[in-house]
Amino acid sequence: MPPSLALRMNHALPVEHRERLLRVGHEVSFRPGARMFDEGGHANRFWIIRDGTAALDMHVPGRRPPVIETLGVGDLVGWSWLYEPYVWQLGAEALRQLRAHEFDAVAVRLMCLKDPEFGRTVEHWVGRVLAHRLNAARARLVDLYGIYETKEPR
Amino acid sequence: MTAVPVPHRVVARRPETADTVTLHLEPVGAALPDFAPGQFAMVHSFGRGEIPVSVSSVQATGGLAHTIRSVGAVSDGLCAMRVGDVVGLRGPYGNTWELERAYGCDVLVVAGGIGLAPLRPLILSALAEPAAYRRVSVLVGARTPGDVIGRQEIDGWPTAFTGVTVDQPGADWRRDVGVVTQLLGRAPFEPDGTWAFVCGPEPMIRATARELAERGVPRDRIRVSLERNMRCATGHCGHCQLGPLLLCQVGPVANWAQAEPLLSVREL
Amino acid sequence: MTATAAPAVLDRDGLNALVAALVAQGRTVIGPTVRDGAVGLAELASADELPYGWGVELDAGRYRLVRREDGAAFAHSAGPQSWKSYLHPSRERLWSADRTSEAEIAYTAHEPEAPSYAFLGVRPCDLRAIAIQDRVLTGGRYADDGYGKRRRTALLIAAECTEPGATCFCVSTGGGPSADPGYDLALTEIVDEEGHRFLVRVGSDEGAELLERTPHRTADPVTQQTARAAVDAARDRMGRALPPVDLRSLMGASLDAERWDDVAARCLTCGNCTMVCPTCFCTTTEEITDLTGDHTERWQRWDSCFDLDFSYLHGGPVRSSARSRYRQWLTHKLSTWHDQFGTTGCVGCGRCVTWCPAGIDITEEVAALDAERAALGTETD
Repeated sequence: MPPSLALRMNHALPVEHRERLLRVGHEVSFRPGARMFDEGGHANRFWIIRDGTAALDMHVPGRRPPVIETLGVGDLVGWSWLYEPYVWQLGAEALRQLRAHEFDAVAVRLMCLKDPEFGRTVEHWVGRVLAHRLNAARARLVDLYGIYETKEPR
Repeated sequence: MTAVPVPHRVVARRPETADTVTLHLEPVGAALPDFAPGQFAMVHSFGRGEIPVSVSSVQATGGLAHTIRSVGAVSDGLCAMRVGDVVGLRGPYGNTWELERAYGCDVLVVAGGIGLAPLRPLILSALAEPAAYRRVSVLVGARTPGDVIGRQEIDGWPTAFTGVTVDQPGADWRRDVGVVTQLLGRAPFEPDGTWAFVCGPEPMIRATARELAERGVPRDRIRVSLERNMRCATGHCGHCQLGPLLLCQVGPVANWAQAEPLLSVREL
Repeated sequence: MTATAAPAVLDRDGLNALVAALVAQGRTVIGPTVRDGAVGLAELASADELPYGWGVELDAGRYRLVRREDGAAFAHSAGPQSWKSYLHPSRERLWSADRTSEAEIAYTAHEPEAPSYAFLGVRPCDLRAIAIQDRVLTGGRYADDGYGKRRRTALLIAAECTEPGATCFCVSTGGGPSADPGYDLALTEIVDEEGHRFLVRVGSDEGAELLERTPHRTADPVTQQTARAAVDAARDRMGRALPPVDLRSLMGASLDAERWDDVAARCLTCGNCTMVCPTCFCTTTEEITDLTGDHTERWQRWDSCFDLDFSYLHGGPVRSSARSRYRQWLTHKLSTWHDQFGTTGCVGCGRCVTWCPAGIDITEEVAALDAERAALGTETD
């Protein structure tokens, strides 16, 4: 399966697991500018975007929070809920009107504990999302669009 | 007849970003043959030399526009041109995007940085014929909001989807942040009925084309514009080789099916 | 058609007369002559300047003139220069530009210099090399005018090989010591008890006319047979050979070979091989401005894919390692040349082997690549 699609929950999880997950989720919406979570907060929820855009940001005193990355339709918002100490590493807010499936992280973690096979597929899915974001962040670190310094004196 | 540059006058100059300028050119005397989107000219800066530059605008009147980023002696000279100055042009050289092959299909345009410039005439051609193509989407990636080429006009394009994403947003940026491939999930296209046109830095081209192929766009319908050193543009100097390809003759546009194995070999 | 004129025989005086006739026509006659300790190419005023009595001893990275008892003129193999020095010169002005007023520039094309050349003593490998450069420089969508103009007027007098050198391998590139069509006249030199003479075959009307004006006799069967036998024997006396495999696919499959590291450790990336190669055609351009700043000229000069700047792309060279540059040269020559121009780019003249200061031998490198591929094949079987 293409990595890009493997990041999507509905592709990453087998039908049975997907339906179990969706049973503990419910639909929510956020107005533009609404905060979804803040850095340092308890990571007890996560979302899958159905429509709209969310922006991940970082708290910098005296500055409007710089946006790290934006997430759109189908994207997973939040992964800190799966790993100890379950604390948000970044903040997030709705950039445009946002509709999403919201999940109770504690419930999902319990389901993972009870059914190791379910837990494995969830962890595999979130792991791939993380790998993808790491690669994208690395690509941006390289500053592809910048001009490289000439290697040799010319 | 050895091609000698044909004088063209700068009739308008538009700074695009801190280091990039678009020059609008009109022939001083005789005009060159018509350029098609994807083709390039050898642009001569008096006393400095020539560089290949794709056309970023083709007008029926014989006027052309070239978007030039200042990265060396010749491009520095061209970027410093003022209205009224004269440059020499040879061309048109190279192949075209071959947009016409996308008739009846979804058209997906993915641009990185200054890569939007060579795609601009293709976008305008596609949008000028709404009946000929299904959905036209334009995805643009840039370093900062100030590095988006032609940002005044992008949002005026009547596309099915236009996305602009940057690596480093400023305080006022309310649009996307991240790599351009993340916009692919939002553009409407039927993969097996899509033609994609991609231009930008080589790693961006590789990442985009791979993802498009993974999503099911046929590899021979992913058209990418490649870049190598170029001196003559007539197939005689040997500089623009990329493996079996002489890019000035069979490029600069290549299919991903053809380009992927070549771009995966280091220092080819 | 006179091109089918019967073979003739010239003696040394006849060859002198032939050169004299060419000079009288106003031709610039270029031929091999001893110069700077090698058989180079230079303008000849008379056939007496040919390297009569000189042979060569060749090896990888080695070239020595040796005296020959028989006094033969064409018993040396390819020297350091090839005919591209004349047809595709190392520097050529393309055009110039003048700033005629504050905001006007006038561009002027330069009429290419095209003396009426006669090339005397073109080796069969070099005849093939000229045909290859014809395709590269004049056979595509655009033509190199200077080359085309010089080439169209050049008269080619081939000298078939009867003394192949130790670095020669033309047979393994699909060629051989006999001249393919494309010459105006083809000479085969014979020195035996019957005397020193040249069998002359006619390849064009112009060649026939030239022969007509030169004292000659019709070729006798013995001379013809002797000449044929000497050329046939040369076919089996090549000093080297490329492995008898499909080189195009071998090179295509060897882009990741370890052998490139091995050769890169020896290669000085000096570009000698590209300068002496009779088919290497790459050029770069330079802008030369005068002191007023109002006149600028565009010059073309030979370039080499071994030069770092050759692949320069804003930021740095695409091919920065010696490995990648050697690979580019050899892969282009033997493989991607087919994709670009429909033929091989190697005629087996051996110059790159002889004139490599590190003694790198392309036949050895290709054999090593072939062995590496064969070994890989065994592993995966």
